[in-house]
Amino acid sequence: MGRVVLVTGVSMDLGRRFARQLTHLDDVDRVIGVDVLPPRGDAGAVQFVRADIRNPVIGKVIAREQVDTVVHMSVIASPGPAGSRTSMKELNVIGTMQLLAAVQQSPNVERLVVKSSTAYYGASSRDPAMFTEDMGPKREARSGYGKDVAEVEGYVRGFSRRRPDVSVTMLRAANVIGPLVVSPISSYFRMPVVPTVLGYDARLQFLHEHDLLGVLQQVTLDPVHGTFNVAGDGIMMLSQALRRLGKPTLKVPSFAMPQVGSLVRQARLADFLPDQIGFLSYGRGVDTTRMRTVLGFTPRYTTPEAFADFATSVAPGALSASRVEAAEQLVRGTLSGRGSAGA
Amino acid sequence: MPDAEIIPLGAIGTSGRPGRGSGRSNPSSSSRSLAPKQRSQRRSAAATPPEPESTVESGAEPVETAPPPLTPLRPPAATEERHSGGGPGVPLTELIAAATGAAKEIFGDSWEPRLAAFLAFCRRRLTGDYEVDEYGFDPEITERFLIAALRPIAQKWFRIEVRGLENIPLEGGALVVSNHSGTLPLDGLMTAVTLFDETGRHLRPLGADLVFRMPVVSELARKGGATLACNDDAERMLRGGELVGVWPEGFKGIGKPFSERYKLQRFGRGGFVSAAMRTGVPIIPCSVVGAEEIYPLIGNVPSLARLLGVPYLPVTPLFPWLGPLGLVPLPSKWLIEFGEPVRTDSYDAGAADDPMLVFNVTDQVRETIQQTLYSLLMQRGPVFGS
Repeated sequence: MGRVVLVTGVSMDLGRRFARQLTHLDDVDRVIGVDVLPPRGDAGAVQFVRADIRNPVIGKVIAREQVDTVVHMSVIASPGPAGSRTSMKELNVIGTMQLLAAVQQSPNVERLVVKSSTAYYGASSRDPAMFTEDMGPKREARSGYGKDVAEVEGYVRGFSRRRPDVSVTMLRAANVIGPLVVSPISSYFRMPVVPTVLGYDARLQFLHEHDLLGVLQQVTLDPVHGTFNVAGDGIMMLSQALRRLGKPTLKVPSFAMPQVGSLVRQARLADFLPDQIGFLSYGRGVDTTRMRTVLGFTPRYTTPEAFADFATSVAPGALSASRVEAAEQLVRGTLSGRGSAGA
Repeated sequence: MPDAEIIPLGAIGTSGRPGRGSGRSNPSSSSRSLAPKQRSQRRSAAATPPEPESTVESGAEPVETAPPPLTPLRPPAATEERHSGGGPGVPLTELIAAATGAAKEIFGDSWEPRLAAFLAFCRRRLTGDYEVDEYGFDPEITERFLIAALRPIAQKWFRIEVRGLENIPLEGGALVVSNHSGTLPLDGLMTAVTLFDETGRHLRPLGADLVFRMPVVSELARKGGATLACNDDAERMLRGGELVGVWPEGFKGIGKPFSERYKLQRFGRGGFVSAAMRTGVPIIPCSVVGAEEIYPLIGNVPSLARLLGVPYLPVTPLFPWLGPLGLVPLPSKWLIEFGEPVRTDSYDAGAADDPMLVFNVTDQVRETIQQTLYSLLMQRGPVFGS
């Protein structure tokens, strides 16, 4: 008999695609997608249950459908369709509490997979170059997504103490990027002129959407208890990433960044949140040794490759590679042509 | 002609508007009397600002004999017109010839391949086509920009003499431990430049978190290969086989008064020793003589330093009295000596957690550096000698 998987957060693109991908697997009997809003694309054979994980209805769904695997993917990085920051926090934190409470009541559940984020580690000047799983944030996030993630992880740890028989896998994913991903960071890179923090250059790590779905599927079918950083190999600097896109940048002093951020948000250019300023200044790197050795997962895309794939979906900026090359050819052609004629 | 020399009265501060610095848009009576003709026309021009430009552009002659208030407006407009007009301007071919000449001047006789390489470098930088390691180290920009800029300072300004290079392993991890002095951490930069020039290895400095908190400095430090001075990063770098540099005196050493020069301060908590023990790499003591004299620290403004969030605000004989000029370091003579490596691979696994052993090794390294400093000082001769 195959498994019955419950996936939260299917109204978002990645959640929906992951749920649909599961329905194609032989080991999985049924996939139940739960969210407040219906999925916006083709959900295939996923049974959609419109339920708010913030209220106890979710417990009834788990009991009635005899769910044995829960994949929690609805911790969101930006308010987006949920509306305000308050409702985002409600959905992230209260939603996780309710979901875990329901799972704790259920005798059938054997596996819990939580898609967390490397935002857990925060971003500050005192960060080590690469965070390993047993390090905590150097500066506790006081608001925003980072705080939500830290609280969610706290509840998950509490759950795993109370239900030691359930295998709990927590995946701290680096910024997920790809041609189809809509996230604060992807909308940031899509701006025509990109504001960056003057005098700082962030170190970035990306995880390709394909690899996120791959690692989620692997731990859903073959669970490994524990917490794992998941990111593509290598590091890119923010300035380097923007140059690869050919985007002109606007250097803004860090004290003026919140104002610029709110302007960008008002203009609906990008979901630019104040807690991202630290990330855009210092960036973050995570060590993925445990992902390779314990989890046995190797991402197909490195950080630069994932970014290159994302770049194919972005309209090239004013300083695109082809233009720079054309300029180089022009200068070389003009000078060397003249040089040989003169000699 | 003398008239033309006196004319720039307008430059005193009307920001290009007519008048003699009164700030009003109407020219003063004296400036009106200076301008001989077109009086009525200019009065109307004063009322509508865009007009003066058009009147000036129409007449090419007034460039030399222009009425005084309008001179500040002239130069950009005039050059623009000559180039675009093309009539009496510089022909394109001559411009190219000049550029070719400049390329020859800069890159020498074999300028063509060199120019091609330079353009390729510019293209790689502009399109982001380069690699950085996990600490954000950018070897290309470090070698071609940072080290190239610092090299003349090391060789010509401080006339650095280096000894004991045979103690630097050509490959594998090693921890260079150095004294720290000089108000600004120039000694670290100079050690890195010297090591790269002599051995071809990049010194990867461990910096205080203040370095990574400051704008611009933070960006350059990461690109230059530095990372935060914490045990996680130090051990990670040493395991990765890097040549890591550490200055355990920290701000106590670099910000000590001139009267205490060449007296080593406490060597932190010995974290560098335990990092080296855990990774089994040798510790190479490094003694730098000369950095103490570049900015003799004779005073400090603690309250202002606290306000700015820096550990000290230096007062030197030249700074802040001479302003930015006071930031020019005094040209003292430098000697850098790398001592015999202290091996740590013979200790057993738990040694790094034995505080007494760590203190002993820390003291041994500190004593070696102190003794080397004294003997180097004896050998150096006059501070500013050759």
